[in-house]
Amino acid sequence: FSENLQCQALPEKVKIVEVGPRDGLQNEKTIVPTETKIHLIDMLSVSGLPVIEATSFVSPKWVPQMADQVEVMKGICRQPGVSYPVLTPNLKGFQAAVKAGASEVAIFGAASELFSKKNINCSVDESLQRFDEVMKAAKEAGVPVRGYVSCVLGCPYEGKVAPEKVAHVAKSLYSMGCYEISLGDTIGVGTPGSMSEMLEAVSREVPVNALAVHCHDTYGQALANILVALQMGISVVDSSVAGLGGCPYAQGASGNVATEDVVYMLHGLGIQTGVDLSKLMDAGAFICRSLNRKTNSKVSQATCKL
Amino acid sequence: MSHQRTSTITGHEYPEFVKIVEVGPRDGLQNEKEIVPTGVKIQLIDMLSGTGLHVIEATSFVSSKWVPQMADHTEVLRGIQRAPHVQYPVLTPNLQGFQDAVAAGATEVAVFGSASETFSKKNINCSIDESMLRFEEVINTAKEQQIPVRGYVSCALGCPHEGHIEPSKVAEVAKKLYEMGCYEISLGDTIGVGTPGSMFKMLQCVMKEVPADALAVHCHDTYGQALPNILTALQMGVCVVDSAVAGLGGCPYAQGSSGNVSTEDVLYMLHGMGIETGVNLAKVVEAGDFICNALCRKTNSKVAKARGRTL
Repeated sequence: FSENLQCQALPEKVKIVEVGPRDGLQNEKTIVPTETKIHLIDMLSVSGLPVIEATSFVSPKWVPQMADQVEVMKGICRQPGVSYPVLTPNLKGFQAAVKAGASEVAIFGAASELFSKKNINCSVDESLQRFDEVMKAAKEAGVPVRGYVSCVLGCPYEGKVAPEKVAHVAKSLYSMGCYEISLGDTIGVGTPGSMSEMLEAVSREVPVNALAVHCHDTYGQALANILVALQMGISVVDSSVAGLGGCPYAQGASGNVATEDVVYMLHGLGIQTGVDLSKLMDAGAFICRSLNRKTNSKVSQATCKL
Repeated sequence: MSHQRTSTITGHEYPEFVKIVEVGPRDGLQNEKEIVPTGVKIQLIDMLSGTGLHVIEATSFVSSKWVPQMADHTEVLRGIQRAPHVQYPVLTPNLQGFQDAVAAGATEVAVFGSASETFSKKNINCSIDESMLRFEEVINTAKEQQIPVRGYVSCALGCPHEGHIEPSKVAEVAKKLYEMGCYEISLGDTIGVGTPGSMFKMLQCVMKEVPADALAVHCHDTYGQALPNILTALQMGVCVVDSAVAGLGGCPYAQGSSGNVSTEDVLYMLHGMGIETGVNLAKVVEAGDFICNALCRKTNSKVAKARGRTL
């Protein structure tokens, strides 16, 4: 650990998990052509990012944006040393993913019962049972699985979410065999106060080096929350190029934190990411042009205009 | 004024109370292209006066040649309804400005130095040392009239012309202002390039010369770093934060980019950490809505944006 902040060790390296092509595009209104998605992922692949979430094997009925999942998986130019996880909500999705060439998958649980019911139509326990099937198949196939927990700092329906509930779901996913658990502030309501309280509870059940944070910037709190997480030993951060992906629960508001802004902060702290910020910004500029929208990244906005 | 410390978050102590210095009506509006009518400025300040804010920077007694937005400084100061227990500091770049400010009813003033020689020359047409002489006049006169003076140091984490700024230079300028008699020194990340790394190094240096409870941070959000930078400052013992309602004020050095951090977003973070400010967030959001409507622009505050549209 390198000591950059007084009395507090920060990780020397942070792994960035780029979720723009999946989480980001999934929450954009415009349906993006397959070639554009492929080109985006290819640009991200050469920016130094170690993990790029490529697509999602959910039914296109639910998520039309990800209907071209197979073509995307087959079309991208995989960079050696880079992982391309895909979402797999159930066994069927897992099988389709592996068939399309996936070598890592992710499953999505919630810390809120209401959110689970409204989002994936079943209770938290039922969803964990569903994932059990996926975990077994993945183990047999030697495919690593990442677990997501959503609503860790608040739920659009339930409001406050107990840290113990988050810890319970995280522990279940970890015990089932997920190698990493990404804790998501789905509606971006968290602050350094609630973030540290939640991480304290979760890190009692799951080792901190198996944890990641997935912060939304809906209330502008993402970078402050990420900083606190780093100070507590977290060294994996999810983010989205250009801050792609709005918030479906606060119309017009922002969603994912921008990868450019995270990388800027980490590099300013002397933390290594392996990412080339200018190549990352190029990828962001490309996708924003394609979507005909402005970037959500402040670093990109500032850099273009100096 | 020292504050009790409380260990609220794992491994870090934070102040129990943070004083917010609202700079929207001055720093914010000064950097907005639209000239705002005097009546609107007064109404904005009056709305802010009802939110619980303790300090509202009202206007600036610089020559209207340089800053046309602040040409109505006297009418503004005379027109506002001063709330009890609220301070309304005004900028005074020199003795002339100070005298005009006092004649208009000012009871607190601020002087604006820089940690960058080039910025000082380009911004106020003189070297740092020359500016200190000018400020000394203001501070001495203010002392005679028992008017408190706040000192600003700009370019504390980087300069648009010089690039990197040595923390020791920031400390030197801060120390000078403090020793001359400024009761508080606000350290400004003028172009928003700072990160928790550079904020920490700069504060470490400055705190060797000026006590933590006489320091404030004035962070710009041009690179999205303001809130983590403020968090870092709080962890180091700073308990005064400058911000602007609705994140008013762009960055003159990165056209189209944001400038001041939004008061609403700062409050949201502080309250979420259990830190008291005395400020009513909902009322600040209202004041922000008002000025954004008047300026025909969208808010820069993410909290205001999210609150306006939640299902």
